[in-house]
Amino acid sequence: MEIVLVGLNHRTAPVEVRERVSFTAEQARRAGEELRARGILEETLVLSTCNRSEVYGVPPESSHESAPGLSTFLSEFHSVRPDILSVSLYHHYDHEAVRHLFRVAAGLDSMLLGEAEILGQVREAYRFAHEQGATGPVLNRLFQGALEAGKRVRTETELGARPMSVASAGVKLAERIFGKLSERKALVLGAGTISEQVVSNLRDRGIAQLYVMNRSRDRAEELAKQFGGRVIGWGEWDSALQSPDVVVSSVSAEEVVLRREIVERAMAARGNRALFLMDLGVPRNIESSVGELYNVYVYNTDDLSEIVQQNRNARESEIPRAQGIVDEHVAKFLSWQASVELVGLVDALRTKMREERASFIRARMEPMKHLTESDRAHVEKLMDEMLEKLLLEPAERLRGEKELRRKIQNVEALRDLFLSNREKP
Amino acid sequence: MNHLFPILTALAYLASFCLYLRFLGRGNKLTGRLGTLFLGLGLITHYFALLERSRGLHTVPYHDLYGSMSLFGWLLALTYLGLELYHRQRSVGAFVLPFVLVFFLAAHLAPADRLSPPAAHGVTFAFHVTLSILAYAAFALSFVLSLIFLGEERLLRSHKVGDVVWRLPPLELLAQMSQSSVLVGLVSIAIGTVLGFVTVDRLEGQHSYFDLKYLVTLLLLVLYAVYFFLARTTAWRGARASKLCVFNFVIVFLNFTVVGFFLSHSHRYF
Repeated sequence: MEIVLVGLNHRTAPVEVRERVSFTAEQARRAGEELRARGILEETLVLSTCNRSEVYGVPPESSHESAPGLSTFLSEFHSVRPDILSVSLYHHYDHEAVRHLFRVAAGLDSMLLGEAEILGQVREAYRFAHEQGATGPVLNRLFQGALEAGKRVRTETELGARPMSVASAGVKLAERIFGKLSERKALVLGAGTISEQVVSNLRDRGIAQLYVMNRSRDRAEELAKQFGGRVIGWGEWDSALQSPDVVVSSVSAEEVVLRREIVERAMAARGNRALFLMDLGVPRNIESSVGELYNVYVYNTDDLSEIVQQNRNARESEIPRAQGIVDEHVAKFLSWQASVELVGLVDALRTKMREERASFIRARMEPMKHLTESDRAHVEKLMDEMLEKLLLEPAERLRGEKELRRKIQNVEALRDLFLSNREKP
Repeated sequence: MNHLFPILTALAYLASFCLYLRFLGRGNKLTGRLGTLFLGLGLITHYFALLERSRGLHTVPYHDLYGSMSLFGWLLALTYLGLELYHRQRSVGAFVLPFVLVFFLAAHLAPADRLSPPAAHGVTFAFHVTLSILAYAAFALSFVLSLIFLGEERLLRSHKVGDVVWRLPPLELLAQMSQSSVLVGLVSIAIGTVLGFVTVDRLEGQHSYFDLKYLVTLLLLVLYAVYFFLARTTAWRGARASKLCVFNFVIVFLNFTVVGFFLSHSHRYF
């Protein structure tokens, strides 16, 4: 009941390799089927995201023996030369594989520490493999444990709580002022890439109405169409600033775009309703003294970058707590795995002893001619009772005592000791 | 007197405070829920502690200053719990519970006064006192909320977001909570004051219709009505309204202490 993992991620492989080894849903299904059909793995699960491609499995024999076959399979499946793939692939076995998956689900192994998407991607990969009948008792338990650990890390730590990009930090700050943005309006000045990122974040947070103002009306219309907004003519400040609560500016301009008198006039017209201005332009688009106006909050790129850095530090400080949760769930899984293996070992031992009992008694009682048939039957019965007593009690204790299972570290060594047919060296 | 309920109340409030503080620090939802649960338990045991105190002294809980303080603490906790459930916002609990705890402990650790019963009694009088203390509690809550608003607003304006701002409620919500609290206070104090005048009117013998407490209470009614109006208008919304709310509470505090202790003849406790 071993576990093997072969994969690559953003740390071990450049994007050119990652994109060649990624799996579509159909490819994941086919890969799983082939691996099981060829007897390389008994249970399979493919986890493929933009930053990682990993194959988890339960091999029929030793996990170490199955790894080369798995690497070769990946190379063939994706038509990537083995020498290119081998430098990027990592192999993890048993508890290392378990620990790796639990860290992945918790967001501890992500490119963006604590990112939220990975938990959903792990859940989706598991759901898909489960529906295909590719998983069995081991991978089911493994992935359920990983999802549980990931969920706990998300709810009990702040690993993924704070924004990590300038665009999302700006939008989250707007929420600190207005609360939910679902009844708020936003104006975007400029229609470049940065504007697009902010607009995407605003849309994700459910902004009610979006206005776009850009020197080039065509580009403004394109962005407005893409995100379901309305275009306002360039320079129509009085009407443009009257209703929005959030203004995002990323205009390429040598001079200041939003002057103090424009905002002052707008604030008077809007009755001092709070206004959050995000100045993402370099050079700055908003006159610095605008921040002195009542109920006006101005954040520029440097302010937001500093917040992102603070958040990054805060996330990193949460790593030990998240790791603690992961370790707890890894121990829980390993304890379950050991209990299943130990109970299996005791059952196998009982079967073996019953098999050997008959020949053992026959051989030992052969010289004892004075024993009657009844005596022989009696001795056999006593022998059976003793075997049951010797094995039943440990089996029951193994089933019931978690601490005992935890103490028994190496089930394979016990199996080797009691069930191996090897001669003494 | 049995000390079981006061001890249970103090423990429940203390546990609630610690849990709210942890919720503010860590953001763990379960911790926040437990904070609310312990606050609810504290409210129940506090109620029985008040009841027991009243039975022990053979009078109403607001008979003396300490009883009034305990009732104030209970109503503050109750108003806060109502606001928390209505606005679904727990991060203010860590700021409110210390007040509740201090008022409760001060009231229950002090020896009970042996005063002569108040001149007035009856249901109308009971409602007058209870509603007035409820109003004070609601105003105290709006004061705490306004202070949080001003602190958070200052941090946001100076770009010192740090750890704190992410955990506090949004400014807009704080303003709404403060207004909700003031509304509760306004309604309570308006009805309570009317009932107070009705009580005075029913009293037999010579009773003055003038007391400085009446005047300051009417002033408070006006000030909070002005706040309630201005907080929704253009020029005052935001920090200005919060500053007015803080100022109003200073008057409430003076009314409760200086006026109540020294300048009123019908509302003093000693």
